[in-house]
Amino acid sequence: MRRTTTSQLLTDVDQTALRLEYSKTLRVPLTRRLPTVGVVAVGTALAVYALWRFGFSLDKLVDGAGRLGTVVVLMVPPDPGNQLWNYMTALGETLAIAFLGTFVAAMLALPVGALAAKNVIANRIVHFASRRFLDSIRGIDTLIWALIWINVVGLGPFAGILAILTSDFGTFGKLFSEAIEAADRKPVEGVVSAGGSGLHGFRFGVLPQVMPVLVSQVLYYFESNVRSATIIGIVGAGGIGLYLANEIGQAEWQKVAFLILMILATVAAIDWLSSRVRFAVIGGRGRNVD
Amino acid sequence: MLVLTLLSGRVGEVDLAKLWTGLPRFASYFYDILPRLRSETFIADLSEWFWNLDGWLALLLDTLLVAYVGTLAGAMAGFVLCFLASANLTRSAGVRFAARRALEFCRTVPEIVFALMFVYAFGFGPLPGVLAIAIHTAGALGKQFAEVVENVDMNPVEGMVASGANYGETIRFGVVPQVLSNFVSYSLLRFEINVRGATVLGFVGAGGIGKELISAIRQFYYADVSAILLIVIATVFLIDWLTELLRHRLLSLESGG
Repeated sequence: MRRTTTSQLLTDVDQTALRLEYSKTLRVPLTRRLPTVGVVAVGTALAVYALWRFGFSLDKLVDGAGRLGTVVVLMVPPDPGNQLWNYMTALGETLAIAFLGTFVAAMLALPVGALAAKNVIANRIVHFASRRFLDSIRGIDTLIWALIWINVVGLGPFAGILAILTSDFGTFGKLFSEAIEAADRKPVEGVVSAGGSGLHGFRFGVLPQVMPVLVSQVLYYFESNVRSATIIGIVGAGGIGLYLANEIGQAEWQKVAFLILMILATVAAIDWLSSRVRFAVIGGRGRNVD
Repeated sequence: MLVLTLLSGRVGEVDLAKLWTGLPRFASYFYDILPRLRSETFIADLSEWFWNLDGWLALLLDTLLVAYVGTLAGAMAGFVLCFLASANLTRSAGVRFAARRALEFCRTVPEIVFALMFVYAFGFGPLPGVLAIAIHTAGALGKQFAEVVENVDMNPVEGMVASGANYGETIRFGVVPQVLSNFVSYSLLRFEINVRGATVLGFVGAGGIGKELISAIRQFYYADVSAILLIVIATVFLIDWLTELLRHRLLSLESGG
């Protein structure tokens, strides 16, 4: 074959002679390799320490893998039992949580995003304070917000909506303010010089520019929130996660498998739908990686 | 839009009256979790607030290590799978299809669901957390890695093949030098995400600080909630800042040499 002939060719030319001639390019000095070796060594040591700290052993892994194998076997065939209607309702609840949470958050975040943008309010203190405020909201996970809201409005999907709303409010506020900062100043100056107020400048100068970006970001977060809303029920905040946690707890593996398949199908459908909508809104294919 | 909003409001049991009566409770909740710090006994109050600091820091270290080992293992799995999933290196459509679907599955099932199942199979502790994060990371990074690999310059690859290199050698010398810095940058970003994820995995018993946090919230140990939240937020900020620093160093290294 071609491969063998080419490698034979190299042997004929005498590899050692070539190595000697190009020794500078071929041999990397130790001092240049040292940082790489160091990073790899430290990284490996840390991983080994972690495994030791966790009391990791191969026996445990094999044991658990065996049990996991049994579980997977028990999952076939996926079957909802007599719960199908309950599951569908819960799935609807999940979608409602994601939808309301995302869009109300977007509406509330728009004015805050404008306040946090440097080119709208030129006050550094307002800018700094609003940014840190949004950062702190984002620093707390959706599930933790769900736990806090459950204390306020009780168990159920409403707490889930509020949890997604809160954590997305932080994210959107930041994203929107960045988009607004990147907007072109000239239309605003045009509106203001034609006698418009500052608010007019924002409405007619900035908003039309940033709207497509904002809509595509909101859609992307809607996709991601459908995923979040599926698990938010695990802590009791409504949606399909409640059933999922229960069935896993009761080792009803066929139902678990059915629920997971339902979630996968829904997520795929929502992704497809929202990429269609995004395509229609921004007139181009935006790439997103979750 | 309006119809959808009203419909989902109904399904989601939105109750504005409940929210209105609940809002003062929301505000007072934050007031309640604030510690009682008096200026005259400030140090004593502070140490009472963070009474279990050593224990929490140990749990936090667990959480960070879960995220670290999970990211490392997931990145390795993603590294292997990404070459199989990329169109320019794998000719067989069957292998490519299988690799892509496997990555998609790992990515789409939420990691807390994996964690719940692994807790059942492996018992309570950090191990199920590590595995859950590793699987999710493999799916997410495998996809991003494959996109990087599909955009490499194919000339070095063809050169390697032409000079008689096998598959492994082609990848090691033809592809990896082109993609390594991107891979590391994506992995660092994923580590950042996984630190947040690992905190929450503790909720279902998969090790780390999350277990402590959920029991503090459920049992209304108000001061503990704020203390743990503060530690977690501070850690997340610190990790974000450190990885960003590292990634900028990495990028400047790349453009410099």
